[in-house]
Amino acid sequence: MEIFELFTKANAQWVLFGSILLGFASGVIGSFVLLKKQSLISDAMAHATLPGVCLVYMIFQVKSIPLFLIGATITGLLATYSIQFIVKHSRIKTDAAIGITLSVFFALGIVLLTFISKNLSGNQSGLDDFIFGQAAALVSSDLQMIAVGSLVIIILSTLFFKEFKISIFDPLYAKGLGLPVTFFNAVLLALVVGVVVIGIQMVGVVLIAALLITPPLAARYWTEQLGLMAMLSGIFGAISGLIGTFISTLGEGLPTGPVIVLCASVIFLLSLIFGSKKGLVKKVVATV
Amino acid sequence: MNALTVDNLSVTYDKSPVLQRVGFEIPEGSLTGIIGPNGAGKSTLLKSVLHLIPRLTGDIKVYGKPYKEQRNLIGYVPQRSEVDWDFPTNALDIVLMGRYGHIGLFRRPKKKEISLAKEALKKVGMEDYANRQISQLSGGQQQRVFLARALVQDAQIYFMDEPFAGVDAATEKAIMNLMQQWKYEGKTVLVVHHDLQTVEDYFDHVLLLNKTPVSYGPTQQVFTMENLERTYGGAISFIGKSAQVIQERG
Amino acid sequence: MSYGAWILLTGCLVGITCGITGAILVLRKMAMLADAISHTVLLGIVGAFFVTQSLNGLPMLIGAAVVGLLTALFVQLLDSSGVQSDAAIGVVFTSLFALGVVLISFVGDSVHLDVQHALMGEIAFIPWETFELNGMNMGPKAVWLLGAVLFINVALIMLFYKEIKLTTFDPQYAALIGIPIMFIHYLLMGMVSLSTVASFDAVGAILVVAMLIVPGATAYLLTDRFIVMLLLSGFIGVLSAVLGYFSAVLFNVSIAGAMACATGVLFFFALFLSPKYGFLTKKLRNKMLKT
Repeated sequence: MEIFELFTKANAQWVLFGSILLGFASGVIGSFVLLKKQSLISDAMAHATLPGVCLVYMIFQVKSIPLFLIGATITGLLATYSIQFIVKHSRIKTDAAIGITLSVFFALGIVLLTFISKNLSGNQSGLDDFIFGQAAALVSSDLQMIAVGSLVIIILSTLFFKEFKISIFDPLYAKGLGLPVTFFNAVLLALVVGVVVIGIQMVGVVLIAALLITPPLAARYWTEQLGLMAMLSGIFGAISGLIGTFISTLGEGLPTGPVIVLCASVIFLLSLIFGSKKGLVKKVVATV
Repeated sequence: MNALTVDNLSVTYDKSPVLQRVGFEIPEGSLTGIIGPNGAGKSTLLKSVLHLIPRLTGDIKVYGKPYKEQRNLIGYVPQRSEVDWDFPTNALDIVLMGRYGHIGLFRRPKKKEISLAKEALKKVGMEDYANRQISQLSGGQQQRVFLARALVQDAQIYFMDEPFAGVDAATEKAIMNLMQQWKYEGKTVLVVHHDLQTVEDYFDHVLLLNKTPVSYGPTQQVFTMENLERTYGGAISFIGKSAQVIQERG
Repeated sequence: MSYGAWILLTGCLVGITCGITGAILVLRKMAMLADAISHTVLLGIVGAFFVTQSLNGLPMLIGAAVVGLLTALFVQLLDSSGVQSDAAIGVVFTSLFALGVVLISFVGDSVHLDVQHALMGEIAFIPWETFELNGMNMGPKAVWLLGAVLFINVALIMLFYKEIKLTTFDPQYAALIGIPIMFIHYLLMGMVSLSTVASFDAVGAILVVAMLIVPGATAYLLTDRFIVMLLLSGFIGVLSAVLGYFSAVLFNVSIAGAMACATGVLFFFALFLSPKYGFLTKKLRNKMLKT
């Protein structure tokens, strides 16, 4: 009965639409993140959006998704900057800098969350959903925002595809060609933040980074070409988004994010084994 | 007796061969320079002989016995850049690490070890820096700390990976003194080296390498224009000056 | 002991256990592997629950240690098959953690194990979960568990002190002189798993990351000696727990969260004001040199 409802309710259609587009966008952007070796930085950024959402709620005392997203963007960017600052100005290496930023920002988010629930109105149910995502709780305006945002990200990354490619692969050469590499890096960062911020409602701050990490990694087992990899990664992301959201709305109280991530993990596992370029089966066959 | 025997050593990285069927024998008490162009696999050769990276094929014997049985005879001076010098400790402590293989599990370095380490630091002219934090040493000083660490190991065969790269005159002298001392004591030294001009001054044997050995033997016989051309291929003009020196020698 | 004192003691034990162990991880550039393990032990705990149908300490400990070591193993396998190491960590821990969270949602409401618990722990409940020996109340279980893990970790560090130090500074050289570097690696991963699971009840799977990494990094900015760094890191962990506890009581917020935030505050001070390596002290020193 619920399956039937899912496909007929207007909201449900938006849920599926949004999750497919979000999955696709994160898969494409994730390919660039992977090549820049920033997979875990994106994870720190995602965790750091939580205090932003809480702060905005504490200041304005309203549940407004656009405001939440602005707050999330600010603290997400702040976290990225903190990592750079720590690495640049101290003897601490990147991995520890990421770990510090991730855990302290997230801890701040938890503290603010408990502060809100105990000291303010007490109505924190909406904020809680940001941790693991809850697709079922989204209203159609949220979903429309996810869908439109994802679409914009997909279009932008298609437009700038070759510029991103060269800026990541050989930034010095790109500069020599007269390309504004710093500008393209900033655009790419903005797109990463964009995916994270619009994704946290559905997938949650704790696991949204997996959507940036896992699909492109799976795609690498099928192709060596960046263009094809980004495309394939987008498709893997979209499939994970679709199936994950679908399953999570079936079960009572199943958080959406972890289910989507598990779908992506299964795709990764299948790619690891059967991938046509580097898959294990292929390797075994080659050595025999 | 041969201190080191390498037979049919091959190493691949990501399916592409880095070393192919390398075989040579190093006589005891020799001072060998391993020479070859960039990407010839010099460091790879050293590391694969030392069992630090996996070999595809290859048999390595130290004084006629398998490498694993002779581990205590091996000393090693890695490239300076291979460790993180921000590690919180001082120079003396790094030198003490050279004794860990002798001390064994669960035991602490004792007075004897500490005095050995201090002695080694003195030999490389670093006795005043024993308590200095290692990140605050210059590149040459860090290299000398590594030399002292190798020294306290009291090995029979020493392997050094580009010890002369980017060091000051004092360090260069310390390295040369140490090599001469080891040779005098009958020990064997293998050095990955890239400066062709100094080869004849430093080494009595030369191994010319470009993925596979081009030539090995006493420096006078092997370090010739013809062999260098075979090793470096078209890049020989790149080494113009030393080529000239060799030609002049006739 | 009073209710608050037990909580404080628990927090301090978490701080010192994670602090000492975590300092080594910071030096080995394995902070994110620690992050990964502290996420994935959740799966071990849930797994142990499904096997034994109870939240008993020992099966949980074993389950967590097994999954923790598996995490390290999977990361290593992917790494050596050519996947870049940060992405390898990312894919392994998100997968296992997601599995853990999904499995938790199948655990009935009657059992004291939920997602909230997994994230921020239930330090406030610690003093109630006591155990009895020969009819005598021995105090909270978590305190005993943490104490035992602290003892094990300190003993292992003392036993393998010079091996840990050498494999951290120069693993190739360690391998050369015959030190079993893989054994030391998995020994440390085992210690991380134990610390994480012992701290899990108190501070949750994610906040334990702060306790593992941040005090170590802070100590790294304050000292140039290995042993001092380990001890200082433990001390900073304890200090964070104390600071965190009292601010949490003051503002009426999550105790575990406040403790993790306190590590961040202390780190922030060290980053800018450390006598030798602080950002501002360095600036000031340069300025004084110029004039």
